[in-house]
Amino acid sequence: MIREDFKEILRLVRPGSRVLDVGCGEGVLLDLLTQEKQVDGRGLEISAAGVAACMSRGLSVVQGDADQDLDHFPDRTFDYAVLSQTLQATRRPRHVLDELLRIADRAVVSFPNFGHWRVRWSLLHRGRMPETEALPLPWWSTPNIHLCTLADFLALTEDLDVRIDACAAFAGNGPARQIDPTRTIENWRAETCLFMLSRNPVPAALAEPPATSGDLFDG
Amino acid sequence: MAELDFAGAVLSEGGTWRFPPHQPLRLDSGAQLENLEIAYRTWGELNTDGTNAILICHALTGDQHVAGTHPVSGKPGWWTRLVGPGKPIDPAKHFIICSNVVGGCMGSTGPASINPATGQVYGLTFPVITIADMVRGQAMLVEALGVDTLLAVVGGSMGGMQVQQWAADYPDKLFSAVIVASASRHSAQNIAFHEVGRQAIMADPDWKAGAYAQGPSRPEKGLAVARMAAHITYLSEPALQRKFGRELQRDGLSWGFDADFQVESYLRHQGASFVDRFDANSYLYITRAMDYFDLAASHGGVLANAFAGARDVRFCVLSFTSDWLYPTAENRHIVRALTAAGCRAAFVEIESDKGHDAFLLDEPVMDAALSGFLGSVERERGL
Repeated sequence: MIREDFKEILRLVRPGSRVLDVGCGEGVLLDLLTQEKQVDGRGLEISAAGVAACMSRGLSVVQGDADQDLDHFPDRTFDYAVLSQTLQATRRPRHVLDELLRIADRAVVSFPNFGHWRVRWSLLHRGRMPETEALPLPWWSTPNIHLCTLADFLALTEDLDVRIDACAAFAGNGPARQIDPTRTIENWRAETCLFMLSRNPVPAALAEPPATSGDLFDG
Repeated sequence: MAELDFAGAVLSEGGTWRFPPHQPLRLDSGAQLENLEIAYRTWGELNTDGTNAILICHALTGDQHVAGTHPVSGKPGWWTRLVGPGKPIDPAKHFIICSNVVGGCMGSTGPASINPATGQVYGLTFPVITIADMVRGQAMLVEALGVDTLLAVVGGSMGGMQVQQWAADYPDKLFSAVIVASASRHSAQNIAFHEVGRQAIMADPDWKAGAYAQGPSRPEKGLAVARMAAHITYLSEPALQRKFGRELQRDGLSWGFDADFQVESYLRHQGASFVDRFDANSYLYITRAMDYFDLAASHGGVLANAFAGARDVRFCVLSFTSDWLYPTAENRHIVRALTAAGCRAAFVEIESDKGHDAFLLDEPVMDAALSGFLGSVERERGL
């Protein structure tokens, strides 16, 4: 079964484009993108086991760390840089975001929303760090070190002067729901958020909308 | 020379390729080698499209006998784990080429060969060679074998240096490249260890300033010591400890300088068996070539520039956690340059406590990574 956020990313990415998947794990998304969208895909993954799995799938994946290794990619090497459920595990999320938008024209970023009502409930009523579907591990074993809420992320995009091209929310295993991230209610409702971002102002080459239909730009 | 190999399944061929007389090998030093010969072996056959050739580059003390049986030692080839029927590099699928480098001593022209100009053994009159010279020779051999583009060029250690040089000098002739446990240049420590080896050879009275060919003896003691020192750098401390610890050869100490410890006896054996198959002057020339290798220096000081023409080549770089001769940082340096050059690179650091030698030993993760990589390359090439 394909993860709902992967389905959304598959919808967003133009066929035949150049994609870097940062924190690509065992390469499930890259494999999907390669097979269904014929992308020229690369990956960056911190675990050797993940990279080995990717290599056996025939994917070009480099073992490395998003915090350090993005620096070595030249400007605008990719059309899309994907950071799926990894931002909260980086040491320098702001730097990573900045780098994603330097090496790619668009960044696709998903993360668990710490403003979700279950998280708030857990903290408010139980006084315990939340263990939810989106945040399944106890605080002492989670790789997540920089959790944020939808509102926090929105503030960071403003701070970095980044344009939001699309935003979707997920809850449970349900399909993606297009949202207006500035609405307060979404910060309660979204268990996981997925953003597509580009530099502001938009580079001339990106000014026209993508040629293919069927992605979030159609509303 | 042709023999049935792999239980009669695949014909193994090889021999010596003699450069055409009008085609001397021009060397980086400015000298040129006339009447050059390169010893090589091949396995499998080139397909009709000419798309299935794989060149394997050997390490410092390796040779063309990557598979099959070594004619001198009688042992299996040095990479039979990866090269053979059903292995990642398979003579049923691939046309496999492995040649002895220029300057070597297993049939290629080297310091132990006769200088056609004088009729005497070259000895120290042999010109200094570089990794690029070795690769230039390989490129001419590969062309002579009718191969236009290599599906892959694969090598570990010094072989990995050659692979990088191939990517820099002949990117259009490569579809993919595999670099295992290597570096883009030697560190001071690498050069220092090589210097110990060279000094051991040159301090041997039987070396005779390189002119030992007339006999009666060769600098075997010096060469053995060079091998012993180098061999330590190929292993890791945990591997040595696990294998030998402080175990003794016999009951009690000798209260002298016999090989009391098993590790001493092991190193002496490594040194003694090495002199049977290697030439001391070749050792000097090849270690020099490795020390001189600096791919960034020959490309304006920026390693990425060396790979600028290789954007279409698929790269695979592998390193080992306990390799302190060519540590992961050196391999990662290559990967970062490939990334900066916009090349397609895969890289993984393999967990192993076997040191640099891990690339020659049983490392299933390496086999899986390599066969995964080659499998995808074959699919892309339409094999």
